Amino acid sequence: MTEQIDKALAREYEAGFVSNVESETFMPGLDEDVIRRISAMKNEPEWMLEWRLSAFREWLEMDEPDWALVDYPKIDFQSISYYSAPKSMKDKPKSLDEVDPELLRTYEKLGIPLIEQQMLAGVAVDAVFDSVSVVTTFREKLEEAGVIFCSISEALHKYPDLVRKYIGSVVPKKDNYYAALNCAVFTDGSFVYIPKGTRCPMELSTYFRINEQNTGQFERTLIVADEGSHVSYLEGCTAPQRDENQLHAAVVELVALDNAEIKYSTVQNWYPGDENGKGGIYNFVTKRGICHTNAKISWTQVETGSSVTWKYPSCILKGDNSVGEFYSVALTRGRQQADTGTKMIHLGKNTKSTIISKGISAGRSNNSYRGLVRMNPGAQGARNYTQCDSLLIGDQCGAHTFPYVESRNPSAIVEHEATTSKVSDEQLFLCRQRGLDPEKAVSMIVNGFCKEVFKELPMEFAVEAGKLLEISLEGSVG
Amino acid sequence: MSNTKSLLTIKDLHASVEEKQIIKGLSLDIKPGEVHAIMGPNGAGKSTLGYVLSGRDGYHVESGSVTLNGDDLLAMETEERARAGLFLAFQYPVEIPGVSNLEFLKAAVDAQRQARGEDSITSADFLKEAKAACKQVNLPVSFLKRGVNEGFSGGEKKRNELMQMLLLKPKLCILDETDSGLDIDALQVVAEGVNSQRSDDRSFIVVTHYQRLLDYIKPDFVHVLSGGKIVKSGDASLALELEAQGYAWLQNEPAEDELEG
Repeated sequence: MTEQIDKALAREYEAGFVSNVESETFMPGLDEDVIRRISAMKNEPEWMLEWRLSAFREWLEMDEPDWALVDYPKIDFQSISYYSAPKSMKDKPKSLDEVDPELLRTYEKLGIPLIEQQMLAGVAVDAVFDSVSVVTTFREKLEEAGVIFCSISEALHKYPDLVRKYIGSVVPKKDNYYAALNCAVFTDGSFVYIPKGTRCPMELSTYFRINEQNTGQFERTLIVADEGSHVSYLEGCTAPQRDENQLHAAVVELVALDNAEIKYSTVQNWYPGDENGKGGIYNFVTKRGICHTNAKISWTQVETGSSVTWKYPSCILKGDNSVGEFYSVALTRGRQQADTGTKMIHLGKNTKSTIISKGISAGRSNNSYRGLVRMNPGAQGARNYTQCDSLLIGDQCGAHTFPYVESRNPSAIVEHEATTSKVSDEQLFLCRQRGLDPEKAVSMIVNGFCKEVFKELPMEFAVEAGKLLEISLEGSVG
Repeated sequence: MSNTKSLLTIKDLHASVEEKQIIKGLSLDIKPGEVHAIMGPNGAGKSTLGYVLSGRDGYHVESGSVTLNGDDLLAMETEERARAGLFLAFQYPVEIPGVSNLEFLKAAVDAQRQARGEDSITSADFLKEAKAACKQVNLPVSFLKRGVNEGFSGGEKKRNELMQMLLLKPKLCILDETDSGLDIDALQVVAEGVNSQRSDDRSFIVVTHYQRLLDYIKPDFVHVLSGGKIVKSGDASLALELEAQGYAWLQNEPAEDELEG
């Protein structure tokens, strides 16, 4: 079987093409001057620059974390370029007609047409290309509902008070090494504000594309759901196939005010590197949400890409009766390494959290779940349920589970279940004996394993996620 | 009957598992519509025969030939054999959690239709057929939505195998100790299902340790497998003889070439 599994590693990364777009890219290197230039490019208010610089000074004093079960050469932060934007974006196109057709073609090739008539009905997209947002669709329709959906650069100009109030409020500047770096150098990302009592009329989605070589992508997303509002948001990501590693260090902050609900889904398909571990994206991401009274935040992630993933979408359950959820599918193959999971911090009374994590390891990859459930003294009657399942394909991969539980309230209940299984020869044989080819059989078994998570994805994307797994597993049995 | 073309022809088959020879010179000829029972003591190679014919990994054919409808069965991949009409009902059906029976069966039916150059069956048509098949094997329709064999009892698993057979409409069915672990009521349901599928263009190999199943599924031929080969063949009355006398007397009567080797 091992021999058959090895063939898995020889599959194509469909999003691996490079777009021929003329870009304006900073010389590699990082110092205060670079930060000033980024801020100036974006014509930012003074307070934003000060904020960036103070984050940078904090970052200089911090050490790169080494506790995750991932192994990669030390990153030379001076060899990375911190800003790259298509030249055509300099004049800030006012409408789609003015956007460079090559950029539109790039997204079309990725299956994300930006022409509204061709898009999935009911999904608005913010398309981020390297360091800038190319276009945000369906804005007028959203504006009618009072929903703000734009790039964070634009929000800094149009809604400076909102941004200033909430940026860094969930993930503080010096939260961790990569978050601090992001605060200093972030370039673009999405901003969402849902007014009080409003149900966002469409799915919102941001599609991140790294194109330029040697650049890092540092996007920043901020979603604020005001009291009693509701929003569902999805992000997707891809990058060209390159031999060098590229750094992606994003920060996502979610604020769910009283009785609000945010559903945040990710389909992450950054270039994972080749079968020998050459190239691929280093994905060091900080995602966190805060729930006020009766609010709910639900994270769903399908992680199939990146050579190294370091990511723990978390919830701070501050308000009483608030709810946090984390549903995750992480697939690693080749030499990919993923250390991912969540933190559920229970502060309020009767707060509830659910964690369902499905890790699938193939090839010579390593896949770790790392999760923290903390019940603070005030978390009277709080509950958590955690389920971590690992599925191994072949005999050279690893699955690891690191659950941390801290309970400081005797009335809180924490449950943890974990299983590890293999795609067995018997299962494969049954499928093949009924006429299915081995690839279809494996993808069916894996999809079945992930079912509990896929059902949490917005409908349009559940199918996509299933297909993505299918592509990722192509040739995984010969 | 003797002029009819054979469905399955096994000639002097030798096969091994983990370098241990289990099948040692087995020959068998099955014509369309025939039911052959293969009986024998534990360890005789009964289940191995089913796995070798269906092409399970790890089961190596060392010599001999097998043709299905005149085609070289041994040259085909496992799934190609299935699409050519070979069906194995498992002794211990495995669970596939999270994959619904309906999804699994439709994928299997579609794979086989595709191999024949037909379009996929529509979901509505398939659901109708699947519901009818459930009814026939006495499984609640809700089982279509459950994971394949997930949490099924032994009897339910066997009936589920039978349901798959009804939907896939194979030409050759190998029932591997389908009676094991079944109470008499479940056995009857399964046997009735099998009998309803008997036809002029469908053949069965019924592998069993006990004669009990053959009270319900009347075989045209009974073969005794011992030491990796067929040591005695006869009609249905042979099964009764075995029931009365056990297998020991046959083991004292080895086939002729075994005396040489």
